[in-house]
Amino acid sequence: MISLIAAECAIFTIFVVAYIFYIGKSLSGPIPKDVLETPIFNTICLLSSSLTIHLAVRALRSARVNAFGLWWFVTMVLGTIFLVGTGREWWHLIFDKGLTIRTNLFGTTYYSLVGLHAFHVTVGLIFIVLAMIFTLLGKVEPAHSERAEVFSMYWHFVDAVWVVVFTVVYVIGR
Amino acid sequence: MASETIAITAATEIGRPISEGLHDWIVTVDHKKLGILYIVYALVFLVVGGVEAIIMRIQLIVPHNHFVSPQVFNRMMTMHGTTMIFFVAMPILFGFGTYLIPLMIGTRDMAFPRLNAFSFWMTAFGGLLLYFSFIGGNGLYGAGNAPDVGWWAYAPLTSRAFSVGHSTDFWTLALLVSGIGSIGTAVNFIATILCMRCPGMTLGKMPLLAWLNLVMGGMVILAVSPLTAAQVMLSIDRYLGGHFFDTQAGGSAVLWMHFFWIFGHPEVYVLIIPAFAFLSEIVPVFSRKPIFGYPVMVAATVCIGFVSLSVWAHHMFTVGMNSYANSFFTITTMAVGVPTGIKIFNWLGTMWGGKVQFRTPMLFCIAFLFQFLIAGLTGIMLGASPFNWQLSGSYFVVAHFHYVIVGGILFALFGAFYYWFPKMSGRMYNEVLGKWHFWLFLIGFHMTFDFMHIPGILGMPRRIYTYEPGRGWEIWNLIVTIGVVFQAAGVLVFVVNLLWSLFKGEPAGNDPWDAWTLEWSTTSPPPDYNFAAIPVVHSRRPLWDLKHPEDPDSKYE
Repeated sequence: MISLIAAECAIFTIFVVAYIFYIGKSLSGPIPKDVLETPIFNTICLLSSSLTIHLAVRALRSARVNAFGLWWFVTMVLGTIFLVGTGREWWHLIFDKGLTIRTNLFGTTYYSLVGLHAFHVTVGLIFIVLAMIFTLLGKVEPAHSERAEVFSMYWHFVDAVWVVVFTVVYVIGR
Repeated sequence: MASETIAITAATEIGRPISEGLHDWIVTVDHKKLGILYIVYALVFLVVGGVEAIIMRIQLIVPHNHFVSPQVFNRMMTMHGTTMIFFVAMPILFGFGTYLIPLMIGTRDMAFPRLNAFSFWMTAFGGLLLYFSFIGGNGLYGAGNAPDVGWWAYAPLTSRAFSVGHSTDFWTLALLVSGIGSIGTAVNFIATILCMRCPGMTLGKMPLLAWLNLVMGGMVILAVSPLTAAQVMLSIDRYLGGHFFDTQAGGSAVLWMHFFWIFGHPEVYVLIIPAFAFLSEIVPVFSRKPIFGYPVMVAATVCIGFVSLSVWAHHMFTVGMNSYANSFFTITTMAVGVPTGIKIFNWLGTMWGGKVQFRTPMLFCIAFLFQFLIAGLTGIMLGASPFNWQLSGSYFVVAHFHYVIVGGILFALFGAFYYWFPKMSGRMYNEVLGKWHFWLFLIGFHMTFDFMHIPGILGMPRRIYTYEPGRGWEIWNLIVTIGVVFQAAGVLVFVVNLLWSLFKGEPAGNDPWDAWTLEWSTTSPPPDYNFAAIPVVHSRRPLWDLKHPEDPDSKYE
């Protein structure tokens, strides 16, 4: 998993470099300052989901399956809120502000970087939902805590990347 | 140790329908079968890529030749480069790694057998996708078929305006798909080597082949991922109307070059490090001496791994970077020569004072040492940015990197083939045919690539489909093309030797070379489970300890 995360880091690095390289290089509007709003609530949700998944894994390791299910569910909800939030943000940008991936360089780099991250969140959520279904069916046992832990590494990684994306897109980029 | 095998009931395969055997190969997750699949798959593409090279050389044999059209020449050039790097060199080296690593570190399979199979099939379908472009590349526009943008695919050649149809998309997707396979294999290598070693095998007692593949795995992860990211961006540009590499909307063509070479240069080391690994196993065995300077070899490899990640822009000296960037990349390029030089001296030190046996694998390795040295020296020449301004984009560069890839990697690969063929097939190859292959290929190689430097110095640019008479290039191009005939003959002898030995060769026995690493302790070919009992090792040469209990290596390490 660490190797995979290293590979993912390299991929994100390239997209982040492209984003930074193209800041302010757009030949036409809209520019980030006019259209982007800082998604504080979203960020809080995603980052706190790191804590909840950690609590879930710890619960499973000490054989508290119900607590695991609860924290896992909270993680799922927080991740979904983030994804819905990103969707609303994109909806707003596309239909109210007229920014699409074709509009200018900002659109191209913004949608690919944030989209790449959202794609990773989606993949993570699919796994979380699968594990949730197994939990509800009563198939999850403390013996599975190692798998849950390996997955939680991925989830922590996705959160950590969001910190980078957030900094680059919403702080430096504006 | 584990040389005895577990008796398997109904092991005879006679009378099984052929479809069942085929089914076994397709659904296999066994590292040995997958390794052989990788190798056979790559050999097929080696022939295909070789034919493309022959077509180009026939076109260039005389000035104003009309053997193929300029469009076809561009396609051949692109397909030759892409095929040879992504669908010959990478899979064949992964194949040897997949086959040998579990055997050498004394385990029964890779850490993730199913990921292993997945990676192979991703690579395989990537290759099919690339070659499907010959049929499917026409697209709706009816223009172009195979990709013709060069293997580096510089922007804006790849933009919709200049590359209509789907040929470039096939190229992008093929690399994306096979890149995912490569990352999977690299993850698997690292996990296997770090977690699955047999008892007693500390990192310091691991065979060098495993060490070098570990470094290679790390480099694949750091180098192939940027390529994957860049291909995603290119697809966004081509299909969703993005502007990453669209200069008219403020995008940057140079950014693509950076992204491509951040992959492209470490890639060369991804390919050469497994070749180093073969040398580090073959040279000691045929010199009858343990490897000279084991810790230094490991340190030099890790050093190459790090430094080579920061040399990429020496492909771009002529693009117009500022002088600080030029100096930085000149210095790093020179620096990477130091650990590489250390390795060459270590192999020489291994041979020095040894009882050198000139068998076919050893001959290829010795040729490697000479040729790789020359390739490194022309590399240092080209790494000096002022010299590079004169010769960049000329046939001198083509000669240089073919010296690395053919003279270095391919020679080491042929050596590895002959060395491990008895283990993989259970039969010895024919030594006479092996020597014929070596000498034919050596003569052909030097005719082609030694003389290719000269038209480069005389100003012949690369990638051209024909040239004017009277510039002093004719004789050199003629010699270069004649050399190809010898190389092709050598490869033919090699194929004949492989097929003949596979069916008619003498049985090899477990350990035909009196070697020292664990793969020779089991039967040839190894059983599905590799080792009946997982071996325990005490030194870097476990089989030496076993054969010479009175004087084991473990006393001295």
